[in-house]
Amino acid sequence: MDRLLFLLATGIARGAIFALFALALVLIWRAARIVNFSQGAMAVVATYVAFAVTAFTGSYWAGLASALVAGAVLGYVVDRGVMRFAPHDSPLAGVIIAIGVVMVLQSALGIAFGQQYRPMAAPFDQSPILIGGVPVFSPYDVFVLVVAVVVMAALALLFTRTSLGLQLRASAFAPEVSRLLGVRVSRMLTIGWMLAAAVGALAALLLVPTELGLSPHSADMLFVYAFTVAVVGGLDSPVGALVGGLIVGVAISLVTGYLGATVAPIAVLVLLVAVLLVRPGGIFSAREARVA
Amino acid sequence: MSHRSARHSRAIAVAAASAMLITLAACSTPAAQSPDAPAPGVTDDTVTIGTHQPLTGPAAAGYSSISAATQAYFDYVNSTGGINGRTIEYLVKDDGYNPATTQTVVRELVQDDDVFAILNGLGTPTHTSVLDYLNQKKVPDLFVASGSTSWNQPEKYPYTFAFNADYVTEGEALAQYATDEFAGKKVCLLGQDDDFGDEFITGAQNVLGADGLTSVQRYSVSNQDVVAQISAMKAAGCEINMLATVNGFTALAIGTAAKLGWFTQWFSSSSGADYPTLVGFLGEDVGPKLLQGFVSSNYLPARQGNDWSELFEKINTEFNDGAPFDGNTMFGMSVGYLFAEALAAAGENPTRESLLEAVTSGDLVGNGILPLSFGDDSHAAYTGVGITTVDQGVQDYIGTTYVSDGKGSVSVSDAEPVAVENEGVPASAE
Amino acid sequence: MSVESELSGRGASAADSVRASATGMGVGTPSSAASVARASTTGRRRTRLLGTALVLTALAIGGTFLLDPYRNYQLALVAAYFCATAGLSLLIGLTGQLSLGHAALMAVGGYGYAITANALTDAGVDGVARFALAILAALGASGLVGLLLGLAAARLRGPYLAGVTLALVIALPAVTAVFSGALGGDQGLQIAYDDVPPALATIIAVEQWQAWVAIGAAAVVVTVLSGIRSGVLGLRMRAVRDDEVAARLNGVRAGRVKVFAFTVSAVAAGAGGAVLCFVTQSVSPGAYTLAFSLLLVVAVVIGGLGSMLGALLGSVVIVLLPWLIGTLTGAMDLPADLTQRLSGNLPVLVFGALLIVVTLLWPAGIRGALPARLSLRRRVSPAASSPPTPAPPTTAPEQPTQE
Repeated sequence: MDRLLFLLATGIARGAIFALFALALVLIWRAARIVNFSQGAMAVVATYVAFAVTAFTGSYWAGLASALVAGAVLGYVVDRGVMRFAPHDSPLAGVIIAIGVVMVLQSALGIAFGQQYRPMAAPFDQSPILIGGVPVFSPYDVFVLVVAVVVMAALALLFTRTSLGLQLRASAFAPEVSRLLGVRVSRMLTIGWMLAAAVGALAALLLVPTELGLSPHSADMLFVYAFTVAVVGGLDSPVGALVGGLIVGVAISLVTGYLGATVAPIAVLVLLVAVLLVRPGGIFSAREARVA
Repeated sequence: MSHRSARHSRAIAVAAASAMLITLAACSTPAAQSPDAPAPGVTDDTVTIGTHQPLTGPAAAGYSSISAATQAYFDYVNSTGGINGRTIEYLVKDDGYNPATTQTVVRELVQDDDVFAILNGLGTPTHTSVLDYLNQKKVPDLFVASGSTSWNQPEKYPYTFAFNADYVTEGEALAQYATDEFAGKKVCLLGQDDDFGDEFITGAQNVLGADGLTSVQRYSVSNQDVVAQISAMKAAGCEINMLATVNGFTALAIGTAAKLGWFTQWFSSSSGADYPTLVGFLGEDVGPKLLQGFVSSNYLPARQGNDWSELFEKINTEFNDGAPFDGNTMFGMSVGYLFAEALAAAGENPTRESLLEAVTSGDLVGNGILPLSFGDDSHAAYTGVGITTVDQGVQDYIGTTYVSDGKGSVSVSDAEPVAVENEGVPASAE
Repeated sequence: MSVESELSGRGASAADSVRASATGMGVGTPSSAASVARASTTGRRRTRLLGTALVLTALAIGGTFLLDPYRNYQLALVAAYFCATAGLSLLIGLTGQLSLGHAALMAVGGYGYAITANALTDAGVDGVARFALAILAALGASGLVGLLLGLAAARLRGPYLAGVTLALVIALPAVTAVFSGALGGDQGLQIAYDDVPPALATIIAVEQWQAWVAIGAAAVVVTVLSGIRSGVLGLRMRAVRDDEVAARLNGVRAGRVKVFAFTVSAVAAGAGGAVLCFVTQSVSPGAYTLAFSLLLVVAVVIGGLGSMLGALLGSVVIVLLPWLIGTLTGAMDLPADLTQRLSGNLPVLVFGALLIVVTLLWPAGIRGALPARLSLRRRVSPAASSPPTPAPPTTAPEQPTQE
């Protein structure tokens, strides 16, 4: 029982990061109808910026702020520099270009910084607090959860309560009508990219201190798991990203704990296929997935 | 009409491709080699050898500095005039730890670059994929950088020789040390989910008995989260924790345990026990504290405080741009030294046969803390390991050395470390 | 402009042709006149296809005499990759299903080959019988996995399918580790060495023999794929891709077409994996990574989606470019540290950049950049499969139809 509690807690903490990253995928999907396969690589670039800034200033928070800025800038560059020119009539073109972006960014990082892991310190203690003798969340886990909840709440407010949010939603769902109504659809699209990339960068930044360290491949598995999360939840649904993140995080933790680490990727594949066969648009899809 | 053009298009494409390839190519017919011709890769003043190493990709982090160290040692030897008047040219090919790439680059080395031998190919899955090829082509495959027992099969693979003490031996020695010095404690094990973990577990069970391990946990390199495994070991009440882990995961295991408030005794295989690398992962602030008392096995000279380390550190400063001097440097230079020794013993005009004879003669001594065991019926380099511990940031031998009999039992050895001679340049043949 | 723009101007004609064949002939019972006309065209087409295949195979085999062993090994690699890229190109180009997991399907073929070959070796079978049975097993295994995947894929759209296939290739090492008894964990399986047949031993080296076998396998695979591509099945695939609803209305069973395409593509990939296993005598999960899967996508995109010639050119590029770049950086006298960083990364950088540039600016790939008359055969299929209707203009170059 203690072990189950412990594994659940670990899974939730990890799942929060997956959820955050999946949210970034959902944001871009809603805005541009593109699954951004380059999200992981973009986030790692931003994390390298944070690493450099933290090393230079000695402040984790300066690093975190710079990761957000770097993420947004990258989002701008990737959208305006590349994705904007992707053919719109084909769902494949965006994916293929994104794969190209991954290859370029990762190899550029490898050339610039080499392959070695760079340890990143967490801003809070990572030792779990004992509750009734069972180690549950560490202060760092709590920090991650709080950040995830705050970001999601802020985005929810942005989208539902502000004029900008309304314009963002409008240009995503009815670009032609929005344009007629005076919404700058193109600018909204770019803002969507910048928002999403910043959120993705934040997720990677939160993940790295729990792992070996920062390397060009740090976010490879994060992307795969978060993509599973987004698909399980439904690519159109921010709530789905949150719930999916918790499901996948807990599932991986339980499988690793009870069946072994080796089985985890197989469990992810099975979960993904099972959900998609039952609901091809994900659990929280309101309807048949839109034709991309 | 369109069919005709289809044919044309294909014909033109093939013609174009052929033309391009012809310009790259030379003619090929299997030609019998004349016995008087010099061995491949050997000229009057050079010997060319090659290797495959993970310089890029996820595995590069731990190992990319090895070949640079070997190269630095060869540069040092070459600066003294080489071996038997020949300088050693070392071709390092990146395989990204991908067996498919290994197969390509090794063929390139053998067929295009005409290397004399392959030296220190790194990794079990990667090197396994070229084992048959190298033996078919009768290319000496010396001192493979992995502790798999696969390399020691003289009957099946007469051209392949190991360098590392194998994982079974390491498991046996560490388990024996636990039995000798920590009798009655609960011994557990965390292993990689491949042959490294499997063979290390076999070794530990050879000594402790089939049910001698309280808890056996496995990890996968693709998942950098070992909380579940470490918490299970903690819950099982483990007291001695054996590790078949690469450096990164040794650090992860120790770091994760510390986060769980668990400060316990670790016994690590040499493959994941390099002190400076571990401190790099864990951080300068907490690393030294967490690694106090860390036990591991090794067979090469310690990183400081002996003649070999002083010599290699000097070579590192002079020929390796002063790269960090760590276990990989020691490993890479030791490999270089052993090859130079074999080449020197292969005679004035070395052939692939004479090189193999030199290795199997049993006369090579290497630079380890115990003698090499190469012979006609053994292609294992080191059949034993010494125990090291970390004290106040210094990782050194405690003087206990175990030797495995290859049948599942180990005994204490009183072998003496090999001394440095002739400033670390093997004497040329008389 | 789109990766599919090759056909965007012709979607209507593809659907029209399907309608013609479906309504004019009836789906199951073709009228006799039409069927005679169709049969004779089909027969001619097949003869020409086979003739072309034979000539090209003979040329390629002759070419091996001009190459040294290492170049022949590279040629064998190209041939093995060609099997997989041809299948992938058919899948992406004709049905619009993007698979990022074709490396895993190649691995299935490789494992099928290795397990069967080892079992036969133990049973005392060798030579041609062992090779043939092992290849069949490889095709069967990859076909089965492809069928299962295809059944799932038929329900999924672009990014969802890409995600499932991505998860598949990520799970491959885990599968080999879980079933390490049969699949050998991360070391994979090694197989016995097939030497040159005694009759040829004095003429050719083993690398050349392996290249022959690889070329032969690729020739068979690509000929079959070309036949499918230019036949009525290929037409249905395009119809389903361009407008699934319209295709269904015209009597095309879209689900079946998609599953069929996926299965065929998987079998082609499996053949590639089996050939690789034959050439290298081993199969292991580390060889079939996500990076390799993406490289296959790079090959078909660079070569030109949907085109067999493009798949060939793409395979040549992914084999030769890393080697060329390695040779170039080796020749430049760069600091050791920089050379080391560049060695594995620079080819990836170039591939990534190529992928972006080709998709944005040059969607028909290298094949599209060849002189227009080389691309005319793109027009073959509608003409060949709808004899009663006037043939579409086969003389107009294809490029100008793109937006």
